[in-house]
Amino acid sequence: MQWTDVCSVSDLQENSGVCALVNGVQVAIFYLPTDEQGVYAINNYDPIGKANVLSRGIIGDIKGHKVVASPLYKEHFDLQTGACLEDDTVTVPVYACQIENGRVQVDTHLVALIENSTNAQQQGVSA
Amino acid sequence: MSIKQTLVVIGNGMVGQHFLASLVASPAQDQYDIVTFCEEPRPAYDRVHLSAFFSGTTAKELSLVEDGFFEQNGITIHLGDKAATIDRAAKIVTSAKGVTIRYDKLVLATGSYPFVPPVEGHDRAQCLVYRTIEDLEAMTAAAKTGRVGTVVGGGLLGLEAAKALKDLGLETHIVEFAPRLMAVQLDEAGGAMLRRKIEDLGVIVHTGKNTSLITDGETCVNKMCFADGEELETDMVLFSAGIRPRDDIARACGLEVGQRGGIVIDNDCKTSDPDIYAIGECALWNGMIYGLVAPGYAMARTAVANLTGQEGSFTGADMSTKLKLMGVDVASIGDAHARSQGAMVYSYQNGADEIYKRLVVSADGKKLLGAVLVGEASGYSTLLQYCLNGIELPENPDALILPHRSDESVGLGPDALPASAVICSCYNVSKGNICSAIETGCTTVDGLKKETQASTGCGGCSALLKSVLNSELAKQGYEVNTDLCEHFAYTRQELHALVRVGQIKTFDDLLAKHGKGLGCEICKPVAGNIFASQWNEHILEKSHTGLQDTNDTFLANMQKDGTYSVVPRITGGEISPDMLIALGQVGKKYKLYTKITGGQRVDLFGATLEQLPLIWKELIDAGFESGHAYGKSLRTVKSCVGSSWCRYGVDDSVGLAIELENRYKGLRSPHKIKFAVSGCTRECAEAQSKDIGIIATENGWNLYVCGNGGMKPRHADLFATGLDKATLIKYIDRVLSFYVRTADRLQRTSVWMENMEGGLDYLKSVIIDDKLGLGEQLEQQMQHVIDTYHCEWKTTIEDASKLKRFHHFINSDATDDNVVFVEERGQIRPARDDERKQFNLVEVA
Ligand code: SRM
Ligand SMILES: Cc1cc2nc3c(=O)[nH]c(=O)nc-3n(C[C@H](O)[C@H](O)[C@H](O)COP(=O)(O)OP(=O)(O)OC[C@H]3O[C@@H](n4cnc5c(N)ncnc54)[C@H](O)[C@@H]3O)c2cc1C
Ligand code: SF4
Ligand code: FES
Repeated sequence: MQWTDVCSVSDLQENSGVCALVNGVQVAIFYLPTDEQGVYAINNYDPIGKANVLSRGIIGDIKGHKVVASPLYKEHFDLQTGACLEDDTVTVPVYACQIENGRVQVDTHLVALIENSTNAQQQGVSA
Repeated sequence: MSIKQTLVVIGNGMVGQHFLASLVASPAQDQYDIVTFCEEPRPAYDRVHLSAFFSGTTAKELSLVEDGFFEQNGITIHLGDKAATIDRAAKIVTSAKGVTIRYDKLVLATGSYPFVPPVEGHDRAQCLVYRTIEDLEAMTAAAKTGRVGTVVGGGLLGLEAAKALKDLGLETHIVEFAPRLMAVQLDEAGGAMLRRKIEDLGVIVHTGKNTSLITDGETCVNKMCFADGEELETDMVLFSAGIRPRDDIARACGLEVGQRGGIVIDNDCKTSDPDIYAIGECALWNGMIYGLVAPGYAMARTAVANLTGQEGSFTGADMSTKLKLMGVDVASIGDAHARSQGAMVYSYQNGADEIYKRLVVSADGKKLLGAVLVGEASGYSTLLQYCLNGIELPENPDALILPHRSDESVGLGPDALPASAVICSCYNVSKGNICSAIETGCTTVDGLKKETQASTGCGGCSALLKSVLNSELAKQGYEVNTDLCEHFAYTRQELHALVRVGQIKTFDDLLAKHGKGLGCEICKPVAGNIFASQWNEHILEKSHTGLQDTNDTFLANMQKDGTYSVVPRITGGEISPDMLIALGQVGKKYKLYTKITGGQRVDLFGATLEQLPLIWKELIDAGFESGHAYGKSLRTVKSCVGSSWCRYGVDDSVGLAIELENRYKGLRSPHKIKFAVSGCTRECAEAQSKDIGIIATENGWNLYVCGNGGMKPRHADLFATGLDKATLIKYIDRVLSFYVRTADRLQRTSVWMENMEGGLDYLKSVIIDDKLGLGEQLEQQMQHVIDTYHCEWKTTIEDASKLKRFHHFINSDATDDNVVFVEERGQIRPARDDERKQFNLVEVA
C-alpha cells in the first residue's frame, strides 16, 4: 500500500461524498461515520452520464450493496466493487481508502494501477 | 368476388358511432360500403360527459371519434346534413342538402330530442334545452346577462342541468311536476332525502308545480306562472322534462312506431322492414325506450352481429344508475319501487348524515331485486353484482346497507363474482374478459382500459375494475406493493403522518424507528422533502445534507456536463429594467448561457460549483432571491399583464401573482407546483394548465386546481368561483397543505386528483365544507412554512461551513477539465462527444 494523504476527516461530508484530486485522478470519497470501514473511494467519472459527478450522488444500500446513485440518471454503483447494478457491462474503478489519525488517505498505487488496467476508460488524467 | 353492399347509417351520435366502430372492428366489415349522415356540425361526441364542457373540456376533447377514423375505414360522412326522407320501395335516402344514396341496409340511430311541454311562451328568449354542444353555448351566452335560472324537470338530467346553472353562477331553481325529485328512480323517502341535500347546496326546489304560462318578467327576462297561482321570476328557463324519440323520418316512410313514439324493433334490432334497423334512443323495444347509453351500445352490437352474420340479440338492459348529482351520490338498481310480487323491503335512514338506503328483496329473501341509495353509494357495485348475477344474499341482507361499525367486511369481494359477471356495462366487459386480458400481461388499469375498453364509458365501473385487477394480480402471485422502497414499508403519505405525529426531525431517527438499512436515493429525498415541508429547517443543515439530490445540495440544477443552472426568482414574471441589466451583467461576467424559460423567467446555464456562490452573491446584492428551480417546490406564478394595462383586464393579475408567489415561495411539496393568474377569461397566462390557476371575473376570482402541462397534459378543474382574495388564499392554503400531506412521491397535483377517491367533489368537501375538520390545521401548517421562509441562497452564502462544498475538489483549486464549452449563436454550450475528441486532439498537438 502506498497511501497518499488527501484531506482531514472534517473536510468530508457525513453520509455523502466529496471529490479529491489524487495524482491527477478524480476520486469520489464517501463518508459513512457509523460504518465499520467508514470511507469508500471510487472514480468520480460517471461512464453512463459521461461527466465527473459521482461524488455528488446520494449514497445508500440496495439489496445489501452499499451504493451511490449517479445524480444524472440514477444508476447505482457498488462502492466496494465498482459494479453498476443496472448494467453489468459497466464498472467504475475502486480505490483503497482509510482514515489514519484524523486524516483521509487513498492508495495512489492502486489508483494508478486500476486507471491503467482499465485503460483510462475516460479522459481522466491531467493536472 | 362478392360485390359490396351499401350500408347507410342515419345519425352519428353516441350509438351511431359505437355501431360504426363495432362494425369496422368486426371481421366481416369489408362486406359494406358505409355512408353516414350526421345532422350536427361535428361527428359524435360524449353526451354523457357533456356537462364537463362548462368546466373547460373542449368540444374536441369530448369527441368520440379518433382522428382519421372515417378516412381510414373508408366511411363517407355527410357532416351537417340531415337525412330528410326514406323511399323504402326504391331503397333511397335523400338528404336535406340533396344527397341521394341507394342503400341495401339502413340503420336508424337518430336519438331523441328534449321534450318541451307545450306551455304558452315556451319559445320565448332564453328558453333553452340541454342536449347538444350548441345548446351549451347558448346557455353560456344567456348566463352572461342573466341572474336567475330555472330548470323544468327534476329527473336525472334536470339535476345535472341545475348543477350546470349553478356553475354558471346563476341563482338556481328546479321546478318539478311530480311530488318528488327523480320520481322514476327514487321512492318517496329517497326523493325527500335528495331534496334536502340539494337544497343544502343552495338550489331552490319546487315540487308538484305545473307550469301554465311563461311571460314577461318584472325583475327578470321571464316569469313562470304555475297552475296553483304562484309565480317565479327567472331569466333562463331550461327544459329538461324528458326525451322523445326522433322517429319522424321512420314514421313518414311507414315503419311501425309505438303509440307514444319510438321505432319498434325486435330482438335483432330490426324494424318492421327487415332491411332497416333502429338502435339507441330512437328505438322502442318491448314497449321500452332506453334513455341511457349502455343499452344503446348493446343494440348497436346486436345490429352489427346481425349484419355480419354473427350471433347476438338484444333482450333488454339493466337501467341501474349511479350518479353524482351536485356532489350527492344517488343510485338506483333494478326494481327500486318494489313492484315485483311478494317483494320485501329493508330500509335505513340516517337523518344526521342525510343518508337513505333501501333494499328490495325477493319473497324468499334469497335474491336482491332492487335498491336505492342516496347520500352514500359506495355499496353500489356490490349490490349491482348481487342483483345482476342472482348471487344468493347473506342471511341478514340488511347488513348490506347498515353502516358497518365493526371491522367485518360485507362487501362482495371480486373473488365472489362469476366469470360471466358484467363489470363494465357500457362496453359489455365481463370479469372473464378482464381476467384473460390480465393473463396476457395487462397488469395496470390503463392497460386494461386500452385492451378491453372497460371503464372508458361512463366510468362507473372504475373502482370495481381496479379491485378485480388487484385481486387477480394477488392470485397470480404479484405483490401489489405500495412500499416507498426497500427501506420503508410505507407510502409517502404514511411517512408524512409518522413524521408529523412522531415529531421526527432527522433521517437517522426515522430510519431507526420505522425503516431498515441505510436508505437510498428514493427515500432520502422524500424524507428531506417531508422534513422541509413540516419543519422548514434549512435543507443544508448538517443532518439533512446526505438526503438531498444534487440539485438541492447545490441549490441549482445539474446539467448534462456536471455544471449547473442559475434561476433567480422573478415573481409573477415582472422585472424592472435595472434588474434585467443586473442579470445581464452577471451573465456576461461569468460567461453564462442565457435563456428565457417557459416559466416567465431567465435561466443562466454553465456555472461551475465554485462559481455558484459568487454568482449568487452578486444576484442577491442586486435584490434577487433563489427561484427554487432545483427543488420539489413552488416554481413560478405566471401572470398576464392584467387590468393595469390590458384593455380587457378585469382585475390585477400581476399584483395577485406576485403576492401569491411571495406567499408560497420555498414551500416543499411532493412534486413541483406551478401557478398562473389571468386577468380575464381570455386566459393569456394559461392558468387552466397549472396546479393552481386563477382567473379574474367580474364577480371575483375563479379558482382552478390540479392542471398540468408536461408529459400528460390535464386541464385544471374549476374548484370555486367568484371568490374574494381572503377566501381564495384560504382555499389555496388548504389545498396545498392537503396535497403536501397526502400525495405520493413525485405525484403532481393532476395525478393526485386523478387518483383521489371521490375526485373533485371529495376535495371540495375537504377544503370548502371542511368535512374532515382539518381546515384550520392545514392553514396553520401553511402559515408555519410562510413564517419560516428564508432565501436558501442568502443563508448559504452567509455561512462559511455551508460554502465548503462548493468546490469541485476538496483538496485543490483546480477545476473539472471535463467541462468543455464551444460557442454557438454567440453563447456557450457544452461540447458534444465528437467536438470533444477534436478539442482534445487540438490540445494534445
Ligand atoms: C428551463 C425550463 C425550460 C426552458 O428553457 O424554458 C425547464 C427545464 C427543465 N424542466 Fe421543465 N422547464 C421549464 C418549464 C417547464 C414547463 C412550462 C411552465 O412551467 O409553464 C413545463 C410544463 C408545465 C407543467 O409542469 O405542468 C415543464 C415540464 C417539465 C416536466 C414534466 C412535468 C410533468 O408533470 O409532466 C419535467 C420532468 C419532471 O419534473 O419530472 C421537467 C423537468 C425539467 C428539468 C428539471 C429536467 C432536468 O431534470 O434537468 C429541466 C431543468 C433545467 C434547468 O436546469 O433549469 N419540466 N417545464 C423551464 C423552466 C421554467 C422556470 O422558469 O422555472
Ligand atoms: C346532458 C346529458 C347527460 C347524460 N348523462 C347520461 C349518463 O350519465 N348515463 C347514460 O347512460 N346516459 C346519459 N345521457 C343519455 C345519452 O347521452 C344518450 O343515451 C345517448 O346519447 C343516446 O345515443 P343516440 O346515438 O341514440 O342519440 P344521440 O347521441 O342523440 O345521437 C343521435 C344523433 O342523430 C342525429 N340525427 C337525428 N336525426 C337525424 C337525421 N334525420 N339525419 C342525420 N342525423 C340525425 C342527431 O342530430 C344526433 O347527433 C345523457 C344525455 C345528456 C343530454
Ligand atoms: S422539454 Fe425536455 S429538454 Fe426541454 S427543457 Fe424541458 S426537460 Fe429539458
Ligand atoms: S360501466 Fe360505464 S364505463 Fe364501465
